[in-house]
Amino acid sequence: MTVTTHDANVLDEDPFDTANLLDPYPFLGRLRDAGAVSYLESAGSYAVAGYQEVYEVLTDFETYISSGGLGPRDIRKDSGWRPPSILESDPPIHTVMRRALTGVINPGTVRALREPFTPPAVELTEQLARRNRFDAITDLAEKYPLRVFPDAVGIPDVGREHLLPYGNMVFNAFGPENYIFKQAFAQGDEHAAAVMRNCQRENLDDTGFGAQIWKRVEDGLITEQQATLLVRALLSAGVDTTIFGIGNTLSVLARYPEAWAQLRENPKMAKFAVDEALRLESPFQKFHRTVAVDTVLGGVHIPAGAKVLVFLGAANRDPRKWGENADDFDLNRNASGHVAFGMGLHQCVGQPIARLEMEIVLQQLLERVATIEPAGAPVPILHNVLRGFESLPVRVTAA
Amino acid sequence: MSASAGATIDAVVDQVDVVADQVVSLVLRRADGQPFQPWQPGAHIDVHVGDGLIRQYSLCSSPDELDHLRIGVLHVPDSRGGSKAVHALLAGTPLTISEPRNNFPLRESRRYLYIAGGIGITPLIPMLEAAQAAGKEWTLIYGGRSRNTMAFAQQLEDLYGTDRIRIIAEDEAGRLDLDQILGMPRAHMLVYACGPGGLLGAVEERCMGWPPGALHTERFVASTLGAAAANAPFEVELARTGTTVTVPNDKTILEAVEEVGVRVLSSCRGGLCGTCETQIIAGEPEHRDAVLTQEDRDAGEIMLVCVSRAAAGCSRLVLDL
Repeated sequence: MTVTTHDANVLDEDPFDTANLLDPYPFLGRLRDAGAVSYLESAGSYAVAGYQEVYEVLTDFETYISSGGLGPRDIRKDSGWRPPSILESDPPIHTVMRRALTGVINPGTVRALREPFTPPAVELTEQLARRNRFDAITDLAEKYPLRVFPDAVGIPDVGREHLLPYGNMVFNAFGPENYIFKQAFAQGDEHAAAVMRNCQRENLDDTGFGAQIWKRVEDGLITEQQATLLVRALLSAGVDTTIFGIGNTLSVLARYPEAWAQLRENPKMAKFAVDEALRLESPFQKFHRTVAVDTVLGGVHIPAGAKVLVFLGAANRDPRKWGENADDFDLNRNASGHVAFGMGLHQCVGQPIARLEMEIVLQQLLERVATIEPAGAPVPILHNVLRGFESLPVRVTAA
Repeated sequence: MSASAGATIDAVVDQVDVVADQVVSLVLRRADGQPFQPWQPGAHIDVHVGDGLIRQYSLCSSPDELDHLRIGVLHVPDSRGGSKAVHALLAGTPLTISEPRNNFPLRESRRYLYIAGGIGITPLIPMLEAAQAAGKEWTLIYGGRSRNTMAFAQQLEDLYGTDRIRIIAEDEAGRLDLDQILGMPRAHMLVYACGPGGLLGAVEERCMGWPPGALHTERFVASTLGAAAANAPFEVELARTGTTVTVPNDKTILEAVEEVGVRVLSSCRGGLCGTCETQIIAGEPEHRDAVLTQEDRDAGEIMLVCVSRAAAGCSRLVLDL
């Protein structure tokens, strides 16, 4: 290897071992301490953990390409488990698909969702506020997006039960083929087939985002296959991450009673609380890119063909960007610039919908719940790339 | 019919040149012989063209030469008379103008793609100069009906060469092939486009496939107040608290509002991401963002407070904050 400035520090830790998945932050701290870019022997990938370097990888989509796949294998060399999604493509193939999605999801179409998205949040939080304890994940975070989002896309009721296991497969596949991956892929064919079926034009209602995407086929912008893949991308990207986003926000707020009190006084700060929680407990923690040409990042030479593992979760807690209290939740912090939704070309198209869901559910909960606190240890979910909880018991007092 | 748009300057027309079919170039100097205030590429001035009409014209001279300003003006026969009045000006005529202001600033990046349609070339000329001086990678795609209608085309080609300057005259080569021009996004490339609404709409549509915030456009849409782009201080009433905040020239609405302790969710703070979208309850904004669609702008219900301001003549915005 040609070394321009210095060799990457080699780390023999495994980011995908159980301990590091269940509690990633001590590991992320050690990773940042080893340098903005290091080499992970266990994964055979370069690890990018500094905010500045993560930002560079995300915005330089010519050097750090996506068509090699977001997992550790280069899917250009051996085919992946499904046709490549928009996330696994580069321009110019990516460009028409991104254009189709951006044309459909924009400030105006998202604004129109506030009305239909509010009543289910009211109903759910009314029920929960009447109980003195509940599970913030299974009783709320998992329920709400599944109530509102598939309707917004316009998929049939039949087969919705496959959405969660399908999302679990998609995201776990951005990590290695370990036992977590294998578990996620149990009955994989069945889940994938059910979701793909719901992405077909004839199975979508006429008003949702799905039908809007299919309109772009009539316009000649995208092919029928691309339309199917885009609806699939919306469904797989828009459920798990939002569930984790709601759950993670509540996991943080249950630990910060002053913040809850402050939010109760000023519920329109809900969206700031969500934003800061996304920074602190980013649902999408890491994924791979492939290096297209020899390059230098953070003073480290990275050869063409190498995989880099981009740690969004580490960048979002980098003290060089966020200060010495980067590991703390600070309602008054300006979290703008966090990379929880990515950055640049592949930045989450559904971001405004996710933010809307998270804000609405938190606002409605704030209205009805005076205090919230942990009622038992939260159970983190064992997941290759997402950060979230399986269970989060909370005790609440009604307002 | 028009409102005042801040301080005016007594200027004089120093030189008038016909630079293309239906296009004149005006060199303006201050009547008192003093230099103009420093300005950045993308800036424009108000020109008081008589009968209360105020029009904005982009500066196409060099920001390094402050002893004069140059504008290029297309004669638009079916307009409300602004360009006709400018075309009637002779050298030596006194003229009231404003100091340069900028709604179309050039942001720092590594690469630039400039797209001009017709007279939309004017604000881009100082941008090309800046990109060239900074050693950036850049290209200009300049489309027009025919070469004799395309102001400054030959000079730009002579100055920068045909590698950098691509002149596409419709009568020779057809219309700009935007699918080809914008089909392949480049990393760290910003697109600056100025020209007729139809062209900008088509560019916007294709740039939806680019990274968010890559595209920057300048539209010449007169506000319904018929007045110049705003640069005067204005007031913002925060409907939820009843507080009123004055937004001075050198601050954004976002900054001014944050200073009184009101929080607005924001991300890029540069009009690129849409996070700070705010409902307008009353008043007319001047949109300076790169996010809202023309439909959103026309509806006048929302604005991005990190960059956008009150329209000239609108002294008070009421926002849902």
